[in-house]
Amino acid sequence: MTIWTLDEQAAGRLTGIARKWYDQMREGLVPSISLPTRTKQNIAYDDASEVWKYGDRESTRSAGTAKSALHLLKMAYVIWFLKTQIRESRSSTLRELYYISEGWKKAKFQAQDESNFLIEDLEILTDMQREAFHLRPEEDGATVFGPLELREMTRRGKREIHCQDDVGEAGYQIPTNIETIELLRHDAKFVIAIETGGMYARLIENGFDSDHQAILVHLKGQPARSTRRILNRINSQFGLPVAVFTDGDPWSYRIFASVAYGAIKSAHISELLATPKAQFIGVQPSDIRDYNLPSDQLNEKDVAALKSELSDPRFASGYWKEQIGLQLKLNLKSEQQAFAAKGLDFVTKEYLPARLSDMGIL
Amino acid sequence: MSLADDLAAQQRSISVAEFFERNKHLLGFDSPTRGIITTIKEAVDNALDACEEAGVLPDIYLSIRKQDRDIYRIIVEDNGPGIVPAQVPYVFGKLLYGSRFHQIRQSRGQQGIGISAAVLYAQLTSGLPTLIISRTGPDQPAHLFSVRIDIETNEPDVVREEKVEWDRTHGTRIQIEFRSTLAAKKRLIEYLKYSSIVNPHARIMLEMDDETVLFDRVSDEVIACPESIKPHPHGIEIGQLRRMLHAGSGTLEQFLTGTFSRVGKKTAEEMCRGAGLSCTAEAHTLSPEEQRRLVETMQAVKVPPPPVSRCLSPIGEDLITRGLEKEFSMDFIRARTRPGSVFSGHPFIIEAAIGYGGKLPPEGNAQILRFANRVPLMYQQGACAITTSVAGITWKNYGISQAGLPTGPLLILVHVASTSVPFTSESKDAIASIPEIEKEIVLALQDLGRDLKVFLSRRDRNRLQEDRARAVCAILPDLAAKVSEIVECELPDISTIEGRIMRKLVVRKRVNEGVVTLEARNYTDTAASLSLYTISRQPGEAASPPPDFTTEHEGEFTQVWQVSLGAGEVWQTCYGGSGRGMIEVRGVDPRTLVLVDQDDDMDT
Repeated sequence: MTIWTLDEQAAGRLTGIARKWYDQMREGLVPSISLPTRTKQNIAYDDASEVWKYGDRESTRSAGTAKSALHLLKMAYVIWFLKTQIRESRSSTLRELYYISEGWKKAKFQAQDESNFLIEDLEILTDMQREAFHLRPEEDGATVFGPLELREMTRRGKREIHCQDDVGEAGYQIPTNIETIELLRHDAKFVIAIETGGMYARLIENGFDSDHQAILVHLKGQPARSTRRILNRINSQFGLPVAVFTDGDPWSYRIFASVAYGAIKSAHISELLATPKAQFIGVQPSDIRDYNLPSDQLNEKDVAALKSELSDPRFASGYWKEQIGLQLKLNLKSEQQAFAAKGLDFVTKEYLPARLSDMGIL
Repeated sequence: MSLADDLAAQQRSISVAEFFERNKHLLGFDSPTRGIITTIKEAVDNALDACEEAGVLPDIYLSIRKQDRDIYRIIVEDNGPGIVPAQVPYVFGKLLYGSRFHQIRQSRGQQGIGISAAVLYAQLTSGLPTLIISRTGPDQPAHLFSVRIDIETNEPDVVREEKVEWDRTHGTRIQIEFRSTLAAKKRLIEYLKYSSIVNPHARIMLEMDDETVLFDRVSDEVIACPESIKPHPHGIEIGQLRRMLHAGSGTLEQFLTGTFSRVGKKTAEEMCRGAGLSCTAEAHTLSPEEQRRLVETMQAVKVPPPPVSRCLSPIGEDLITRGLEKEFSMDFIRARTRPGSVFSGHPFIIEAAIGYGGKLPPEGNAQILRFANRVPLMYQQGACAITTSVAGITWKNYGISQAGLPTGPLLILVHVASTSVPFTSESKDAIASIPEIEKEIVLALQDLGRDLKVFLSRRDRNRLQEDRARAVCAILPDLAAKVSEIVECELPDISTIEGRIMRKLVVRKRVNEGVVTLEARNYTDTAASLSLYTISRQPGEAASPPPDFTTEHEGEFTQVWQVSLGAGEVWQTCYGGSGRGMIEVRGVDPRTLVLVDQDDDMDT
């Protein structure tokens, strides 16, 4: 799909929402809107797509009360604004949208949470992503380094980029709307998504991408939507295995889970964002033991998080039960950069090759 | 000499007056600020009691004037029955002298301490005697007394006595001067305000330096003076019984039936039998041991409760409501008078009222007005059984938030009327914790709470409707405009939706390019007729239909349309102009009316 038809589709679907209200009003009906209930109770695991999605519960807002009428009015203003923005080929950030609403009198947002939430509602209603509305999140997309060639439709025309040859030391910066990217070809065997910048730089410096034909993706902590989306696309388009390399603590396991299974906040687009086939490299609790890694004691919050993961269906496999059980027993956690204690080359020469072979990737 | 002898030389009796001189706080004279309130309170209580006894509508005049530095002159004048000259020195110049102490009925003052304590306080702080004028009738001369209290002997010391001219035909005037401050002026006015609520038949006027405050009466009905009753056997104690037996004559049976209320021949026989005494024994010959047995049996034998209606004078639900309405502006007032009840042989009645909304402060603890025998209790709220009873109720059940005490725009009034109000101390600030009284207070307030809940939920329902109306009137037109802009179609007519949602009478003024449109839509299910007023600096040009009449006053034009609208009907008029000015609708219940002036900026 080209960027132009994408624009048309986005503007068309947004207008469709307003059209429905217009028709309701013409028929003498109170305008209303139905949305899935966005609570934890209404998130269900979808066996077919192996991701977390919203369930069947819906709530309807009708303009019969002041509060809901105001909500619909705000939505109408946002639709109007987005439609104009798409037509004029402009874009704005979520924060800018919040400030723009200052001039909307009654329809002004009280807090940015409110406008962010409303945008998510629009994503659900249109079954499109906010990037299609020319809305950018605040945070940068992450970076990619490796034998991958892609085409980006920039403001100044199409650019074909090789993610090793045409980029600097830090790699290729993923744009916020990756629907403008076309993945062309690759010379890779697998993808490694890495939590910390230090480890990402270590792998580049040690030439891991060339030595093992690996595409390196920097997650930057809890990954942004665009980062998760590109992992999903590389995986589905090229059929490359995706492995996730994080610190060895409960919070990092959740980073893996959001890559693999999706997050509650974006459950309406889990199918686009999650990579259910992603595999976890480590740091595994058993690595802490086997490699005798430098480590810290678990604190109370770590222990509570681990225990809640034990009852989380996303971690319901035998592998995770064993690893989490072991970690609780060891009462230790380690960062991925702790491998430096064994020398700067240890992680690329010893640990990763061994672990990736175990996983059947190498 | 032995130590005992030494001590004996120092031991001597203490006069009551001397005792209270040292223990001023027991009587409410612990500070100059409080002294002024206590004095006014005692004098007003006495005046109200006296008027009640004489069956006249109280007319009380109060004056507080600063004399010199911190000396204040206080004058309290009433139109009561007056006091016979021979008694005046004792009433004002002797502590513990009074007419009501030995009577069993509801009255404000009881022990005869209050006003003479003020006289004592004056004497101690300013050194001045108290001036009293009293007159018992039109054919009697008025007498003026100048009185002090002899602290050693607790006997009155009359400095001066003479006949004087006085404009009142009967009544009493007291002029007292002591060291004080008016720091608690607010509380003093509060005290009078509260007094006036529970004494709706009284007229009280207060003059202070340059300020006059009048608390007028709302009822011209003289309240019936409660009658005295005989003591009830369940409230009797050994010392009291002993005194009564000594004074009594005749047989024990005659004594019991004649001295106590609700004791007939049968009950008297049961008491005698229970105590192992003969009915025919001479009452005054009982031995101390026999007296002890008798008092015990008297508590144990079942006796009907004392007659409540005669000895108590509750204010009544109607008068409490009127009294509160007079002093507070509230959206909801309801009062309840409970049936009479008894604790330890003392009859009592609880009355309560709840007020909500209006101009009451919307936040903070509820205002609690406490009264005992029609006297406001001003101090020690926390120590009072009324307060603990109020705090013990789960107000959330009645739609009121609570943090210990209930909070919000709430007023709670509790009146305890009894032949013997159980105060925690002689300064009569707080009611002691008596389970029977607390239970009655809770029952009265719960009953009122249920009424309040009904009121609040009805009000909330009205608010919900209001909310809907606002959604339609303020937001839907904007929504319609924005939506038609997005879909690039003409503005839809949303009046059907308005009707669907609101079920109200909508009067709307719109201004568009120099044309003012006034519109009335009756979405209710009943017909309505209303008068529509517009007041502006310009006359409406070529109104169609024209107003029924137009007036001009100092450049302001008032236009009036008389409109009759059946259920579901719409009326409209248009005229040229800017539409500035006011719009008003009369003849319609404001609760079913929605007035939309789109000239106004709806944004806040």
